[in-house]
Amino acid sequence: MKPILSVRGLTKSFGRRVACRDVAFELWPGEVLGIVGESGSGKTTLLNCLAGRLTPDAGSVDYDSAAYGPIDVHGLSEARRRFLSRTEWGFVNQDARDGLRMGVSAGANIGERLMAVGARHYGEIRHTASEWLGRVEIEQDRLDDRPTTYSGGMRQRLQIARNLVSNPRLVFMDEPTGGLDVSVQARILDLLRSLVQTLHLSAVLVTHDLGVARLLTHRLMVMQGGRVVEDGLTDQVLDDPQHAYTQMLVASILPV
Amino acid sequence: MPDSNSQAGAYNYAYLDEQTKRMIRRAILKAVAVPGYQVPFGGREMPLPYGWGTGGIQVTAAIIGRDDTLKVIDQGADDTTNAVSIRHFFAKVADVATTTSTEQATIIQTRHRVPETPLREGQIIVFQVPIPEPLRMLEPRETETRTLHALAEYGVMQVSLYESIARHGRIAKTYNYPVMVNGRYIMSPSPIPKFDNPKLDRSPALQLYGAGREKRIYAVPPYTPVKSLDFDDHPFEVERWDECCALCGSRESFLDEVIVDDAGQRMFVCSDTDWCERRR
Amino acid sequence: MLPALCVSGLTKSFVIHAQGDLALPVLRDVALTVSPGECLALVGPSGAGKSTLLRSLYGNYRADTGSIRIRHDGHWVELVRAEPRRVLDVRRRTMGFVSQFLRVIPRVPAVDVVAEPAVRLGVGADDARRRAESLLEVLGIPAKLWSLPPATFSGGEQQRINIARSLIVDYPVLLLDEPTASLDADNRAGVVKLIHQRREAGAAIVGIFHDVSVRDALATRIHDVALPGTSVGVLA
Repeated sequence: MKPILSVRGLTKSFGRRVACRDVAFELWPGEVLGIVGESGSGKTTLLNCLAGRLTPDAGSVDYDSAAYGPIDVHGLSEARRRFLSRTEWGFVNQDARDGLRMGVSAGANIGERLMAVGARHYGEIRHTASEWLGRVEIEQDRLDDRPTTYSGGMRQRLQIARNLVSNPRLVFMDEPTGGLDVSVQARILDLLRSLVQTLHLSAVLVTHDLGVARLLTHRLMVMQGGRVVEDGLTDQVLDDPQHAYTQMLVASILPV
Repeated sequence: MPDSNSQAGAYNYAYLDEQTKRMIRRAILKAVAVPGYQVPFGGREMPLPYGWGTGGIQVTAAIIGRDDTLKVIDQGADDTTNAVSIRHFFAKVADVATTTSTEQATIIQTRHRVPETPLREGQIIVFQVPIPEPLRMLEPRETETRTLHALAEYGVMQVSLYESIARHGRIAKTYNYPVMVNGRYIMSPSPIPKFDNPKLDRSPALQLYGAGREKRIYAVPPYTPVKSLDFDDHPFEVERWDECCALCGSRESFLDEVIVDDAGQRMFVCSDTDWCERRR
Repeated sequence: MLPALCVSGLTKSFVIHAQGDLALPVLRDVALTVSPGECLALVGPSGAGKSTLLRSLYGNYRADTGSIRIRHDGHWVELVRAEPRRVLDVRRRTMGFVSQFLRVIPRVPAVDVVAEPAVRLGVGADDARRRAESLLEVLGIPAKLWSLPPATFSGGEQQRINIARSLIVDYPVLLLDEPTASLDADNRAGVVKLIHQRREAGAAIVGIFHDVSVRDALATRIHDVALPGTSVGVLA
């Protein structure tokens, strides 16, 4: 078995500000890696570098693709990278509006990845989209409604469906439950948990919420000031934090 | 070369200067070499505003010669104000014979219709195009649409057709219906009715498209496959009428609906005036 | 017969950075071995490190130095400083852990909480659920609670969910941290019986049993955590 993602010496600066420095790790198939840290820790920058949305200043991201074999994400042509983003990868944005077409129906949103790779049977596309709506617990009679008529939680679930319809192998998530009500959050986390398990997804999840990390991730990387200060098994990092910053983070969780 | 004997007097032949004609011809050659690809060109100021056919006129001006016979139609008719104006313009500046007969024309400049009479090899049809970018309504950014064309990422177009079916039960687009040219580029065939789309497929004539405001030229060389986009279970269909043409009885042509009195009486007549006249 | 778990030189301190990097040594040079069919009871005063030791075996706490080797898939696997996926694989198939507190996952019904470790191993959802239900029945959880998320259950009920979850898979190695702490006498007896069955079936067990009668019923040996070195004594 090979790692699905190999990252070495990943560094990205914006002018003089170093957003992330020397990040290195391997992600194995079926693993969910959490990246936690506070605002400004560099976690979103890191995620965007991994997903090919930003070009790092140094380092490499190697991905074991099904379409092209092992590739260097940033050495790939834009055409191929865009193709991977629509097929083997998913990206769940914090704000669902950034990951949806708000002006077309839910069915069209979910069906897009299928149509992008040549699906040409309206009835079948619609049927698949309808199934996915069911899987993300949205009523199927909302299939023709636009996401503008959806609640925030529904939009996020729709975004998830839109990403997963192409059976991606690797999903990037940027605070997928940020800004949602707690009960809505719980529902989406539950959904993500079961989907990741049943579909054997690998995922990189950025969050500042340690509870989300505990629930969804197998491994955790703690970032501070652009560096990874601690990493390991999620329950170990949270229950037996070694680094001062991690200890501070864990101690700062408000008890319920 | 300036011809002081021409009626145009101070104008260069066919109005445009030679360098401009050369630039446009180069754009046309490029367009013909890559069917359906929108070639930017340095559009000039023409003696009529944008939206009145300046793109088509520049294309015609670049290719027309004294041996040509020019036909100009607007919504199928030779006798509308704009068609007449443009025809007279070229008669004056290009010293060229003009006609209303599709068969006799060597160059046909058209707004929003393809003639009913099948075109033949050696003819050139020049389309006036308002918005050359078929994805414009779906993706407003020019940088993004250029990338989509370059990478042949046309999912968004299929999405819009899906959406049309979801909303209306069928693909509701009836004019400017998007087509796939030579299996590679999606193209806007200009606002012709979808009824005319099949005429573009493997036509023996050369199709040139000019958009003056947007400054783009594109082309479909003769015998090139042009396929209207659809779904397997919602195939492309042309319009049909229950009526026939009230003047010539045609059941095969595109019919305009004309209100004839204040009581709302209507009749259907061929939009292609030349076709209609020939049949009577 | 080969032991199931082999620990040597296990050393661990907690370093609390917020208090000026205060170091609290807890485990020093711990060594023990457990074989299939044995139940090793960890004893020692409160704060001696029993729970810490158990959690270190599970990989929940990080050892500073030493070795924890477990028999997994017919090989020895070193757990100290192992890659997370290695530890997770061992936890999935070889080593179960009953913690003192049930970590509650919102919205998931009790029966699915229990069934999950089996489903993760590839057991069909229906099969797993049936196994879960029979376990819950044996543990005295009424059927009307099976479809409810355990968040609102009593401490004793939650503990039994925890136990069921660790018994649904036949783990060769079982780590038990006060498995009967919140249970009444009846339920306690039921749990002891189940664990005893596992021991007889060949599981290697390391446990902390506050209740002396439970310890007497289950343990085959004692390990005193307060004393460094190997486990002492054999409890018949």
